[in-house]
Amino acid sequence: MTTANIQLNADGKLKHFITIEGLSKALLTDILDTAESFVGVTDQQIKKVPLLRGKTIVNLFFENSTRTRTTFELAANRLSADVLSMSISTSSTAKGESLLDTIRNLEAMFVDMFVVRHGISGAAHFIAQHTAPHISVINAGDGQHAHPTQAMLDMFTIRQFKKDFADLRVAIIGDILHSRVARSQIQALNTLGVVEVRVIAPKTLLPAHVETLGVNVSHNLTEGLQDIDVVIMLRLQKERMTSALLPSESEYFKCFGLTESKLKLAKPDAIVMHPGPINRGVEIESRVADGPQSVILKQVSNGIAVRMAIMSMAMQPQGSPQ
Amino acid sequence: MNKILVENGRVIDPVNALNSIAPVYIADGRILSVNAKPADFTPDSVIDASNQIVCPGFIDLSTRLREPGQSRKATIKSETRAAASAGITAMCLHPDTKPVIDTAAVAELIKELAEKADYPQIYPIAALTQKLEGTELSVMLSLKQAGCIAVGNANQPIKNLLILRRAMEYAASHDLLLIFRPNDYWLGNKGCAHEGAVATRYGLPSIPEAAETIALDQCLELAELTGCRVHFGQLSSKRAVIKLHQAIKYGMNVSADVAIHQLHLTEDDMIPFDSAYHVLPPFRSEIDKQYLHQGLANGTLTCICSDHQPHDIDAKLGAFPETEPGISALETLLPLMLKLVKQHTLTLDQGIAALTANPARILRLKSGALTSGFPADICIFDPDHAWQVNAANWKSQGINTPYWGRTLTGRVTHTLQAGRVIYSL
Repeated sequence: MTTANIQLNADGKLKHFITIEGLSKALLTDILDTAESFVGVTDQQIKKVPLLRGKTIVNLFFENSTRTRTTFELAANRLSADVLSMSISTSSTAKGESLLDTIRNLEAMFVDMFVVRHGISGAAHFIAQHTAPHISVINAGDGQHAHPTQAMLDMFTIRQFKKDFADLRVAIIGDILHSRVARSQIQALNTLGVVEVRVIAPKTLLPAHVETLGVNVSHNLTEGLQDIDVVIMLRLQKERMTSALLPSESEYFKCFGLTESKLKLAKPDAIVMHPGPINRGVEIESRVADGPQSVILKQVSNGIAVRMAIMSMAMQPQGSPQ
Repeated sequence: MNKILVENGRVIDPVNALNSIAPVYIADGRILSVNAKPADFTPDSVIDASNQIVCPGFIDLSTRLREPGQSRKATIKSETRAAASAGITAMCLHPDTKPVIDTAAVAELIKELAEKADYPQIYPIAALTQKLEGTELSVMLSLKQAGCIAVGNANQPIKNLLILRRAMEYAASHDLLLIFRPNDYWLGNKGCAHEGAVATRYGLPSIPEAAETIALDQCLELAELTGCRVHFGQLSSKRAVIKLHQAIKYGMNVSADVAIHQLHLTEDDMIPFDSAYHVLPPFRSEIDKQYLHQGLANGTLTCICSDHQPHDIDAKLGAFPETEPGISALETLLPLMLKLVKQHTLTLDQGIAALTANPARILRLKSGALTSGFPADICIFDPDHAWQVNAANWKSQGINTPYWGRTLTGRVTHTLQAGRVIYSL
């Protein structure tokens, strides 16, 4: 199973943004550089550029998310697009309308871009395949598959603090099995050429053959944090306890929770990241989350510039018709 | 009645050790003789099978025709027509129709619809438990008397092993064959892809090999305990082949089949999120495929089935995990078998036996061979005829196949069932 890349147009430019897989280092770097140019915009008094004036963007959220949806809305607003946000779980699918019917109806309203979050792996890919050719699709998280904009804002944040990816060892800690964020981060880090990606988790929270993703595996946080430059903590969902993946939150915290003393095992200048929302005292203690090495809030504000970059790149005038 | 002569074809009949160009004489719907011309035989019609192969009609151990209950997907009429065009003269039908085949009335309805369709023989498989719910025994004897050829629980789990034990004891009491697809419900974890690198990369809920092998082990133990005859359907993994090989060596009277597509495709062939590849058991690794090949070559797996599951377009239109599993597979059965012969996985004799004599033996049918007196169920095919899988060449109502658009080699030219030509190209 290899990706026939539906994300790029005939000129190799971004058309959809579904997954990091199959995208080149040059393209990822281009996204980061473009995001860099938008950082200034978000700091201005008038926080708008006219790049997407007259365009209509629909945020289709089949799963709840306040933070991701808000940053997408803000990013679209700052690009001067018209934005409509829809939470679908409570409206049409409950009435038996299929995913495709929902898309078709919105298409008929002259939409230019869908930003999609869905609980099933492959949903964004499916929409990109079946939507009208002029519409771009941005994946805001699909099942356990991918969350590429989150991964890119994480790369952006890492670059702000660490400059060169080529020297870095990055640890991702926690529920890799269910994490679309981790899958996209691993692909992005490997494409950008870090020295090592290490995943640290109990076996119950790792997918089978996880090493095929291009990572080293550790089941022990104390050993796993050695020589690490970037520590990425993942959110632990409460239902992992009821589905027999973990015995208790406190035992998880004892083994895999990031504390000040554990963090000392990483490099002294290591940064701590988390895609949020944080479970304080479960995967990370407050003194670390709010401490000097944490860049968690920086990630959130970077989210806007990175999403502006991706949205504007995907909506660039698509190459001349051949 | 009609006398037919099939001449100039290469007759391949593994049971009678035939593999040569020979005439086949048919009268009154039965095989009269092969090679030796009967006295006073004047054919009413002659089929010229020059450059073609003449073999027994195929017997498919695993199909779903979707009727009754899901005729938007397919009907007995549409699918038996497709089967006839694929050289199939008899097919077993899983009990997961709507309603389930758990009463004599449903079995009789299916027989009736099949007779009306007037194509291949249909053998319903009776539900092992009522409504396939895995809790109460079905009326197996009544179902047998209504024409069911075996019992099975389709893809539905029997979570409680005590119930499986009792169902097998009861089936054994009535000398009924159990057709069983091993899959542990809990370990299967409602997955849709093989637990391997591909599922990990795409974040797909996955099914480990152990879901198959543990259920296989349990059923083997219960076969030993209850004396029930068991045929395992659609094995997909290396370790299942190894375990079955050991059980047969140990002397157990069990058999197994493999779905034709499992012999050709692996997880690596899947196009990302393409629901045409969504099938259960899932496409596994290259190693698993190699062991399935070996199992077939060394006689551990004796039958090849189509595992035909036609779907309507909507069933396959969605995000991969939400689509329905299954492939419309009747019409690709022969060319994909011939591909195995071309790859030297099997001899042509072995491939034909896996589609004819071997399933007939397991079902205790007096067919699957060109023996004098057997019903004249015959498939005549051109092994070199290349054709494209497209709407013009396709008969099944379900077009859900990963082979859509591809060109395959080997095509049926005539199918005879009980001496009637039910298909000719």
